[in-house]
Amino acid sequence: MLDRREMMKRAGMAALATGFGSLPALALDSVTLPFDNGERPLVKYPQKRLMIGMTSRPPQLETPFSVFNDGPITPNNAFFVRYHLADIPLDIDPDKFSLQVKGRVDRPLTLSLKDIRKLGAVELVAVNQCSGNSRGFFEPRVAGGQLGNGAMGNARWHGVALKTVLDMAGLQQGAKQVAFGGMDGPVSDRTPDFAKALDVDHARDGEVMLAYGMNGEDLPVLNGFPLRLVVPGYYGTYWVKHLNEITVLDSVFDGFWMKTAYRIPDTPCGCVEPGTAPKATIPINHLTVRSFITNVSDGAKLKPGGTTLKGIAFDGGKGIKEVAVSLDGGNSWTPAKLGRDFGKYSFREWKLPVRLAAGSHALKVRATNNAGDTQPLEPTWNPTGYLRNVVETVRVTAA
Amino acid sequence: MTHGFSVGLAAIAILALGSASAAPIAYQLPEETAAFKPGPNLEVVQNNCTACHSADYINTQPRGPKFKKEFWQAEVTKMIKNYGAPIEDADVGKIVDYLAATH
Repeated sequence: MLDRREMMKRAGMAALATGFGSLPALALDSVTLPFDNGERPLVKYPQKRLMIGMTSRPPQLETPFSVFNDGPITPNNAFFVRYHLADIPLDIDPDKFSLQVKGRVDRPLTLSLKDIRKLGAVELVAVNQCSGNSRGFFEPRVAGGQLGNGAMGNARWHGVALKTVLDMAGLQQGAKQVAFGGMDGPVSDRTPDFAKALDVDHARDGEVMLAYGMNGEDLPVLNGFPLRLVVPGYYGTYWVKHLNEITVLDSVFDGFWMKTAYRIPDTPCGCVEPGTAPKATIPINHLTVRSFITNVSDGAKLKPGGTTLKGIAFDGGKGIKEVAVSLDGGNSWTPAKLGRDFGKYSFREWKLPVRLAAGSHALKVRATNNAGDTQPLEPTWNPTGYLRNVVETVRVTAA
Repeated sequence: MTHGFSVGLAAIAILALGSASAAPIAYQLPEETAAFKPGPNLEVVQNNCTACHSADYINTQPRGPKFKKEFWQAEVTKMIKNYGAPIEDADVGKIVDYLAATH
């Protein structure tokens, strides 16, 4: 929690801004995401390039989509930011930081960052995508963060396997789940602190990681410095930032952020009839299969003739098997050439040379993973705006 | 433009980058400038909502005929029930009226 003085200070800024109407402030650019009420400021934060600002307290920043055309790895200074609660750690001393491992363990641990860095390191390229990425495109619209497609990123994570730390602590008989908490917290003690949990077998799979490195650097502050959980193939809600507390439980964790929030319909598609409520729900888990064209934007005007389409695809960890492109609105599909394989949790680049006759074209891209999962041609719907993975369409005119 | 967003560039942070350095980090967030639109009961809204989140949490929500009183009533109820917002009963209706009128 924030102490009262700090809370008043932070809230006071808002009061100033609201109380006196327009403050003289620097007008930077803004962008308009392609849905109603999609105007967003471009904002500058320390350690970040210009980002699409969704909210300022707590900060939520979206990656400008053009970044995904620059390469398969999302730079740290362009990586999206998502917080739930406004008391975020702004003064962090890595020498004083410690991680507690407790609960149903034989040897409770307190590990410094130095201790953690001394343990055998692992590295993995993985996509972190917000559960609500693309929520703004839901129809009918739903409440929540109205994101475009920029709440995702792909990075090379460096750290220690969670299994290593859990083995050091020694899980006791009956251990069922592992819960994770970070240094960020609520402003009010009546707001549930952010915490997530994984089943013990998942936590011990050797891939779930306590990461201190991201693309060869320390984690940016707003991406969880000095330590965050990396849960490859799972939505970002599990990737707890500023991780300082690991608790082994002999029961299923029943905190608000697992039991009530971040739930999806318990149906094969994770979807329900638009506008209806699910009968039963389960915690959100693996990423759905997605693909994007990154080098041509919707509404673009191209010259007729040859051009090369390019983009990215990813899934929840089976790995991308095929990416196919349609130039005729989905009637016929041509496989694209896949780029370098950075592992089954990574963005996979693709490209395809095509010829476009003069006229209007609806370009579509569809990925299929190694389990045969693919993307629907029509969008699915759920009341929380999660899991979006419709086949994306880019309309262009060749003239 | 429906809201007065802008950004302070004044934020300067002292940052220690690179694994070798273990100097403390002091991170400074840019000044918050998202503003509530003028409307009825604005003061009640400011007093109840801004302790936990900025105005853009509200300003960016979907608009239109389906996002009026019922929608905002559900949101305010969520803030109270799920997030423990200490909103007095007498203020709930005022907040919902403001949100439905201005968004």
